[in-house]
Amino acid sequence: MEINWFTVIAQIVNFLILVWLLKRFLYKPVLNAIDSREKKIAEQLSEAEHEKAEAQKAREKFKHKNAAFDKEKSEIKAAAAEAVRKEKQRRFDEIRAEAQALRARYAEAMARDAKEQTGLLKQKLQDGVFAISSKALEDLADADLESQIVSVFIDKINDWDDRENKNFEEALSGAGSILIESAFSMEQASRDKLEKALYKAANRSVPVRYEVVPDLVSGISIHTGKFQFSWNINSYLDVFQKEFTSLLSHKQKDHVTS
Amino acid sequence: MRISPDEIIFWQEGFFQLNLTIVMTWVIMILLVVSSWLITKNLKSEFQTTRWQTILEIVVLAIKDQIEELGLTKARRYIGFIGTMFLFIVISNLLAIIPWYEPPTGSLSTTVALALCVFIAVPVFGIAESGIKGYLRTYIQPNVLMLPFNIIGEISRTISLAMRLFGNIMSGGLILTILLSIAPFFFPVLMSAFGMLTGVVQAYIFAILATVYIAAATEDAQKITSKNTNQNG
Repeated sequence: MEINWFTVIAQIVNFLILVWLLKRFLYKPVLNAIDSREKKIAEQLSEAEHEKAEAQKAREKFKHKNAAFDKEKSEIKAAAAEAVRKEKQRRFDEIRAEAQALRARYAEAMARDAKEQTGLLKQKLQDGVFAISSKALEDLADADLESQIVSVFIDKINDWDDRENKNFEEALSGAGSILIESAFSMEQASRDKLEKALYKAANRSVPVRYEVVPDLVSGISIHTGKFQFSWNINSYLDVFQKEFTSLLSHKQKDHVTS
Repeated sequence: MRISPDEIIFWQEGFFQLNLTIVMTWVIMILLVVSSWLITKNLKSEFQTTRWQTILEIVVLAIKDQIEELGLTKARRYIGFIGTMFLFIVISNLLAIIPWYEPPTGSLSTTVALALCVFIAVPVFGIAESGIKGYLRTYIQPNVLMLPFNIIGEISRTISLAMRLFGNIMSGGLILTILLSIAPFFFPVLMSAFGMLTGVVQAYIFAILATVYIAAATEDAQKITSKNTNQNG
């Protein structure tokens, strides 16, 4: 066991050569490759981080856009719903107003119709009543209807009470004459009878004028000043007409309501 | 009985001689350099690498991490020296599994040479790191009285480095030879495996100790640097 100094020196040289060679062929290339790979990994990581951030940004943007779109959509929907509601209401109001106008027009037409019908009916009734009355009166007595009417009118005048007599006298004294209206032209006998009754009521002779008025319907009417006294079938017919009109209007209301 | 491969001499001319130690060293050198060159000539810095490259990277990174763990932050500067020392010793010891192979580390000349390399490298790295004054100041730490002890320590640790490695490897080979003559079966295999373990451990110890010595020589410089950095920071 001894130290061979040449071997020692040779081994030192060998070792130093080996250090240089391994540095050249092993450590440097391997460490450089590792460094380069680490650098690449770092780059890729940072790139990935960057892309992740970009993606996050894009996601946020998309989310924001989506939210805005949703909001807009709901606003448009609400506006559309409101417009539909308003249009519906407007049309409903329009139709209701139209219906009301139609109903009013219908009611008016019905009323007019009823009025026309009533007038016609009244006329027919007048004629009928007059014809029946005339026929009946003709059949009942010898005298004709006019003389009967005059007789009835004279009876009415005779039945005046004190107040009516007083009114007649006051009016006559103011006017000075009497106007006798009748639906028919009175005969002289009837005129005499009537004048006599009037003189009696006035307690004096007074001038008398005669006029034929067909509307009086088988009746007689006397006028002097403010005083007026009449008798005819028209008054009966008026009552009948009122009741008939009322009946018709009730029927028409029921019809419109239904 | 032959103790050292130095004794097998192939050629001699005065002071110069070509013995088995030098030849085996050349074989190991060729093996290391050629295999390194073959693997690293097609190195890839991609994510997919060859298996051999991966093995090399694992070895190199393990050495680098070990150096850094022992306090030498600039591991790239020292990996050439320390890494080569470890790889040379470990390959030299592991090849002992091959019959008729004589590990060069079983020669005291080789271990002395390596220990001398450490002995020289420590002041070289120390001066390079902290200047000649800074390095010399380590000899009078903690005080001037310690100067002789530090010098003795420097020499004695170099001798111990050389002796430890030589002793372990030589004794391993010697025991194997003796066992072969006593019990030719089974036991030599066991001892051979045991010798491989010892060889790796010794390579590790040698490299670690070298690192520790270099680290100790450059430690003060690092302390001063880090102090300055802290003050500046």
